[in-house]
Amino acid sequence: MLKKIFAVLLCLTLSISLCGCGYEYFNPELEASYTSDLAGTELNVYNWGEYISDGSDGCMDVNREFERITGIKVNYTTFESNETMYSQLDNGGVSYDIIIPSEYMIERLMSENMLEKIDISKLSNYKYVDTSYFNPDTTGLVEGYAIPYNVGMVGIIYNSALIDEPEHSWTALWDEKYRNMSLNFNNPRDGFMTAQMIKGYSVNSTNLAEWNDACELLKSGKDVLQSYVMDEIYGKLETGEAAIGPYYAGDYLVMQEVNPDLKFFYPEEGTNIFIDAICIPKCVKNYEAALLYINFLLEPEIALANAEYIGYASPHTAVINNPDYCYYQNEILYPKKEDMPKVEYYRNIPEEVRMHYENLWLDLKLY
Amino acid sequence: MKTLSRIYIALILLFLYAPVAVMIVFSFNSGGSVWVFEGFSLDWYKGLATNSSMLTALQHTLIVAVLSAIISTVMGTAASVGILALRKKFTRRAVMSATNIPMMNADIVTGVSLMLLFVFVGSLFGLKESLGFFTVLAAHITFNLPYVILSVLPRLRATDMSLNEAALDLGCTPVKAFFKVILPSISTSIFTGAIMAFTLSLDDFVISYFTCGHYQTLPIVIYNMTKKTVSPDVYALSTIIFLAVFVLLILYNTLQSKADLRRGIRA
Repeated sequence: MLKKIFAVLLCLTLSISLCGCGYEYFNPELEASYTSDLAGTELNVYNWGEYISDGSDGCMDVNREFERITGIKVNYTTFESNETMYSQLDNGGVSYDIIIPSEYMIERLMSENMLEKIDISKLSNYKYVDTSYFNPDTTGLVEGYAIPYNVGMVGIIYNSALIDEPEHSWTALWDEKYRNMSLNFNNPRDGFMTAQMIKGYSVNSTNLAEWNDACELLKSGKDVLQSYVMDEIYGKLETGEAAIGPYYAGDYLVMQEVNPDLKFFYPEEGTNIFIDAICIPKCVKNYEAALLYINFLLEPEIALANAEYIGYASPHTAVINNPDYCYYQNEILYPKKEDMPKVEYYRNIPEEVRMHYENLWLDLKLY
Repeated sequence: MKTLSRIYIALILLFLYAPVAVMIVFSFNSGGSVWVFEGFSLDWYKGLATNSSMLTALQHTLIVAVLSAIISTVMGTAASVGILALRKKFTRRAVMSATNIPMMNADIVTGVSLMLLFVFVGSLFGLKESLGFFTVLAAHITFNLPYVILSVLPRLRATDMSLNEAALDLGCTPVKAFFKVILPSISTSIFTGAIMAFTLSLDDFVISYFTCGHYQTLPIVIYNMTKKTVSPDVYALSTIIFLAVFVLLILYNTLQSKADLRRGIRA
């Protein structure tokens, strides 16, 4: 009896896993350009969770497509924060061929000599890369060590059915009017950013007094705040449990589909912009396959599928200029020049400053 | 008084099952929201069928859970027989405590120390990559083992050992006596131990997190979704897993009661 049930269950799971659809996005010539003698080898990819088009909801399954065309097996794994990614890489015991962290972590990895140079001469799709992202003064990304994958900015989301349009300022999160209805980030870097913007400080300040100041400001607003949140903000704003809170622009677009009353603005003081980029770590074992994978991700069709799945802004020039792209000229993801807020990237911060603000953050949470 | 106790039981059941019920309801939601129910649909189940990252993670979880349950059950049963055969009370106590300590140890300590061990041993052999399928399997067997022993040993102790002696007297070899006499009489507790090991392995997060390397299991993949929101695919998958386990347990219980009945008649 038990055996029969097991057999049925096994058949069910097998049939589910077998019916992955084959997409015919590519012409045979293009597919042929991906054939190599690397078939049968393995590629270890380490990316943010839900950060690649994975075949759910009928979208393209990027990793499976890559496997089908090249014959290279992709071991795809995920992380939920740059710091987790760093510790995995640092601990050893695992090797990765591709990692996709954010700019400040890339800068740190660079400074610790943990990144391998990417041979861009072998990337036929490198022409789609917007090289203006390689800027030592803003992103800190260095050409040849990182390929931009996703860009995003932080803004404030509010429920227009519950409150009137607030002044376009971070101070809205401190406003007595929204007592117990406002939210803020539950991670130190983004949380401090909201206060630093009000004070006019750099988010990368190495002046400890400025961090103390920002912390005092956050403490003064804690009483008004409903709570510090990360992805819980989806539920809280969608249901109207909270009326206002800051989050990433791309995530706002998802929330807005559920609750059309939700509105969005970029605060006038300026905001944080982040960029996640593809890198090859020093522990790479299958370098050629890694190059092939990067080129594949830069393929306009693939980049489009990823941009539509993730919902953040794309740095890929062919995607941005594609009128079929579902966020084509979306004014929240791609503000016009005159609407573009003042932005600042996070940069790698010296160890002692990092320790300092992490302690301040603990202090704030216990306050 | 009776109504009061009924209300009390109803409340307990409500708190136990309300979260699961909510999750099952929302797995049939037609909208993308995980908070507002917009209508009935099977979209998330269909989406799940093509979501390869989730299915791979499920496959990893099931493989590790089944294998670790089988291996730890075999090892645990053998260990129980061995522990019971120990003559000196002191050694028996010492071995029992040694097996119990990992059970009380915080998962995070077990996880970190296992990871350190694996990486250390791996580096001794000059491996660039020591974490993976075998380490996560070894880790799961390690934390399953005490639970299997805890389930099998009391039953074994309660078994009448004169049965074993009778079998030996009647010409069985010790091995044959074990498989013909002892094993059938402790089979229920072995099965209970195996199911316990399976479920423990299925939902372990902390220890797998440190030891899995590229072999990420389902709880880890779901945890890594928390920067963006957890997609309702997960609800659909959890519903399927819940129902599968539920059916399995009901089946087990009916089979069990039937077996008990048969044994009762024979006795």
